Amino acid sequence: MADATADRPSAVLSIHRRPWFWAWVASAVAFVATLMLTEGRGGGDLLSAALTFASFSAIVGIGQMFVITLGPGNVDLSIPATMTLAGTLSLKFMDGATGLILPGLAVALGVGLGAGVTNYLLIRVLRIPPIIATLSASFLYQSLAIWSNRGLRIKPPAALSDFTTGATLGVPNLALVGLGIALAAWLLLERSTFGRWISAFGQNERAARLSGVPVEFVRAVTFIGAAALAGLTGYLLASFSGGAALNMGQEYLLISIAVVVIGGCSIAGGYSNVPGIWGGALFMFLIVSMLNSYGLGAGVRLIVTGAIIIAIVAAASGKEST
Amino acid sequence: MSARYRILLPVVSLAVLLAAVFYMQPRAMSYFGLNLLFNLAVPIALATVAQMMIIMVNDIDLSVGTFVSFVACVTATFLHDTPLLGGLILLAAIAGYAAIGALIEARQLPAIVVTLGMSFVWGGLAVLILPSPGGAAPDWIRTLMTAKPPLVPMAIVASVLLAVVAHVLIMRTSTGAILRAVGGNARAVGRSGWSLVQLRAGAYALAGLFGVLSGVTLVGLTTSADANIALRYTLLSIAGVILGGGEFTGGRISPVGAVIGALTLALAGSFLSFMRLSPDWQIGAQGAILILVLAVRLLFARSGRRKEAQHG
Amino acid sequence: MATETPLVALSDARMHFGAVRALDGVSLTIRPGECVGLIGHNGAGKSTAVNVINGGLAPTAGTVTYALPDGSTGTGPAAARAAGIRSVFQELSLCPNLTVEENLRIPQRDLTGPGWRRRAARRISNALDAVFPGHRIRPKTTVGDLSLAERQMVEIAMGFAEGAAPARLVILDEPTSSLDASIAHHLMDHVKAFCARGGAVIFISHMLGEVFEVATRIDVMKDGKITDSRPRDGFTQQGLIDAMGHVASAPAEARRAASAAERIGEDVLLRTEEGLTARRGEIVGLSGLAGHGQAEALARFFLSRSAGMGHARRPEVVFVAGDRARDGIMPLWSILRNVSLTTLSALSRRGLVDRDAEARVGEDWRKRIGIRTGNMSNNILSLSGGNQQKVLFARSLASPAPIVVMDDPMRGVDVGTKREAYDMIRAEAEKGRTFLWYSTETEEVCRCDRVFVFRNGRISAELTGDEISEQHILAASFEMQEAAE
Repeated sequence: MADATADRPSAVLSIHRRPWFWAWVASAVAFVATLMLTEGRGGGDLLSAALTFASFSAIVGIGQMFVITLGPGNVDLSIPATMTLAGTLSLKFMDGATGLILPGLAVALGVGLGAGVTNYLLIRVLRIPPIIATLSASFLYQSLAIWSNRGLRIKPPAALSDFTTGATLGVPNLALVGLGIALAAWLLLERSTFGRWISAFGQNERAARLSGVPVEFVRAVTFIGAAALAGLTGYLLASFSGGAALNMGQEYLLISIAVVVIGGCSIAGGYSNVPGIWGGALFMFLIVSMLNSYGLGAGVRLIVTGAIIIAIVAAASGKEST
Repeated sequence: MSARYRILLPVVSLAVLLAAVFYMQPRAMSYFGLNLLFNLAVPIALATVAQMMIIMVNDIDLSVGTFVSFVACVTATFLHDTPLLGGLILLAAIAGYAAIGALIEARQLPAIVVTLGMSFVWGGLAVLILPSPGGAAPDWIRTLMTAKPPLVPMAIVASVLLAVVAHVLIMRTSTGAILRAVGGNARAVGRSGWSLVQLRAGAYALAGLFGVLSGVTLVGLTTSADANIALRYTLLSIAGVILGGGEFTGGRISPVGAVIGALTLALAGSFLSFMRLSPDWQIGAQGAILILVLAVRLLFARSGRRKEAQHG
Repeated sequence: MATETPLVALSDARMHFGAVRALDGVSLTIRPGECVGLIGHNGAGKSTAVNVINGGLAPTAGTVTYALPDGSTGTGPAAARAAGIRSVFQELSLCPNLTVEENLRIPQRDLTGPGWRRRAARRISNALDAVFPGHRIRPKTTVGDLSLAERQMVEIAMGFAEGAAPARLVILDEPTSSLDASIAHHLMDHVKAFCARGGAVIFISHMLGEVFEVATRIDVMKDGKITDSRPRDGFTQQGLIDAMGHVASAPAEARRAASAAERIGEDVLLRTEEGLTARRGEIVGLSGLAGHGQAEALARFFLSRSAGMGHARRPEVVFVAGDRARDGIMPLWSILRNVSLTTLSALSRRGLVDRDAEARVGEDWRKRIGIRTGNMSNNILSLSGGNQQKVLFARSLASPAPIVVMDDPMRGVDVGTKREAYDMIRAEAEKGRTFLWYSTETEEVCRCDRVFVFRNGRISAELTGDEISEQHILAASFEMQEAAE
């Protein structure tokens, strides 16, 4: 509660009170633990891979973060299906043609916007709780993706493929995209009127409405924005991995929620932060690579991942209550 | 008043869907037809009741699917080979659920995240127990689940029994009342000297119990298990509770509705195959049915409100 | 013997939360047959005292002793329950998803085993019949379907209901906040009868008239101490207000007559479907029995005039909430952010909040409205209820909106804050703002220029000028009621 009230960071000394602090500590620990095994070799490669893969989680995580900030019951469960649909349709549209890279991006974003509008209309017009609305809509998107995919694997345009796997000044291009989006999201959340409105909505929707906050506008923009970010991620991920696959979004449902939580955002809404999303995204990748490098099987890896998520949440909330 | 209306829509939606199935496939209107239609309904209904216990105390359980899968793996291995050890493992799993509930309350953790973490844990344990599909169902559960009682198929008998048991437990007993009170106004309950840790642990233990029953009955039907056998139960169970008239917050739930909601979802699967839909569209149609039922529910609620306004 | 043993005895009880001394050495005893009126500002320590007396909080220092039915004494929450100490809290503490009878299960642990529902229904029905004769509440009704007043009645009845440990001391914290006058009177009568039978009551209310009616003794709290304690007849109402630390100012009615004529414009500024009308600069009151559609009329009007994005930038109507937790406060935010919420759009450039401008507005309003805090970036919940209410006033009045809607904004606010708010409302009206003011307190409504009395969701009377009086308002509220029966 104390950190929620501080309007600006007071001193470096209080950095451990920042909600995103633990996510970054945990990522650093996982990074170091992995490198200890290799005696420090491959640190650059690991970091580069972590930045690349974390950027996917971070982009969808930022969208999910805005939705979760809206308060209890607000979660977008359609993110994986939207990713898959956007990846599938945009690659199909580009059909490997370099000239269509930007229109292809527009297609992916358009799919995301369409999914977001559908989600919002289900919530608004049919008054369906967001969890159920996005869940049932995701079935529709998934079906559309299956129908349009038909098991074909269309390669992305070479230039796009090169961009998503390449680096600029040693930093992976995808990480640059992810960081740019994070910066914009930070500005939106922390400095803009809209960010205040989202936070007010998440704390008390009724009070926000009575204080003149245009709550329906806030809800619509948030759900549509989250879906658009999912569409963008689907486009990038499909290009990065050389084609769209029907299960490409699957793991991002849990990851998008996990990074929000690990990042120190309040799952009860009203209180979020962007640096934590990147910290959480890095952690989710690094913990898996750490366990892999220690030669642990899939079963143990899952158990440890789960235990760590719970432990972080328990530790973070312990900090909050003091 | 509102509680009584809450049960109406689930009943109607099940009836409408059933009528549609019978219209398209009159042969389904028989002992064997019904048995086929509701074959997989029992474990789904049990998982839905488990989810309802969690939603009752204002939480949501994202680990139901992996937990049922884990139980199925235990059932098909330990419970089959060494029943005593298997039983102990399942008891420990229920205790684990209770411990999670206690942890969530004691540290004021968000349930959605803790259960998300637990879904990794149960999934990992399931993979460790049964790395590849296999195992065998204990004979007694196989016998029980394939029993053929006179007149009404086993799936229906079991569902009715489950609905009655869950209703009495949650809606009639004094313990059920205090558990629902946690969902309604936890602060008032705590202020009256109740231990919220114990109560939440109790609700989670009940969820664990019904989750275990779900996994065991599932293996009774499928005769073998794998680590991913019930992953979709997480979403199905949430949808079932909501279809059954439950709400996400405020402890407003209906056990009978939850069972009916689960039956509706199970039936929806059968309905689609009767429609001879391309498999591409099956999952989408499932979503469409869910949306349709919720839309009808909205219309009900609106007309109900209009009536109230006229009276007022 | 029974009259001599105190039911509860506090001896130099202290309660410190960090540096805050919520209770700073309170000694008091309550004996059977006593009705103690406990009064004081918000923040004087009444709520803490109640929680220490009922065993909910263990005092940092000092002792709290309960007389147990078997003649011995004990300490701690279990002893408090066994001694028959019951609390009815200011904020509603029922479970809306449970029925009336099921709610009784929460405080009464012996309601278990077969037939518990029947026993619960009997106990709560008997208590409701005894306290509120003529009530229409059925034990099987879900609490969520009851009106606010009915819920408060259930809650009070639960305090007096028969149980394994019979009620011997019932603490009523603002019990009449949602009740209209006639129902409140039933409660007063019951409290008197209960004390006459040897029970005891602690009665906390901002309605001094009620306190004078039922209390045998009045304890005044200030800054965590009991500063004055006398039999009721030892106080006058004015003396009580003085004892609480606020000097009464001259009644506002005189000023109203002087200023109203030039302040109020000619043309009708707004007209709602119910028939509410208001002119520029007018203070329009909504009155009548609680729960007769006043709040709904205000909410409908507000929502109809504040939907779009354009309204966010230039609001036409602003809302001052009375139910702070439900309708107003952003609990995670600082005082400053709570103040600036409605004016954010005006304070921002290209979508980004101008934080210096925001701070200036916050500081300006902190001074103008007297929000008592050292730092506007402290959390809003660090303020007392009255100061939180000031923040909500500041939030709305900081915007230039010509119409201000107020939904019983003085609920649970101390006398001093009320006086300041009255002056501010008048000053804003002088500047040409129009106020729609719903209040459950007749005294407040009498400060308005025009009053609409509501009954069953409709306007039953429109009063102006000298017609505005308690008698007329009551007549309009009740006369119609009889005609309808």
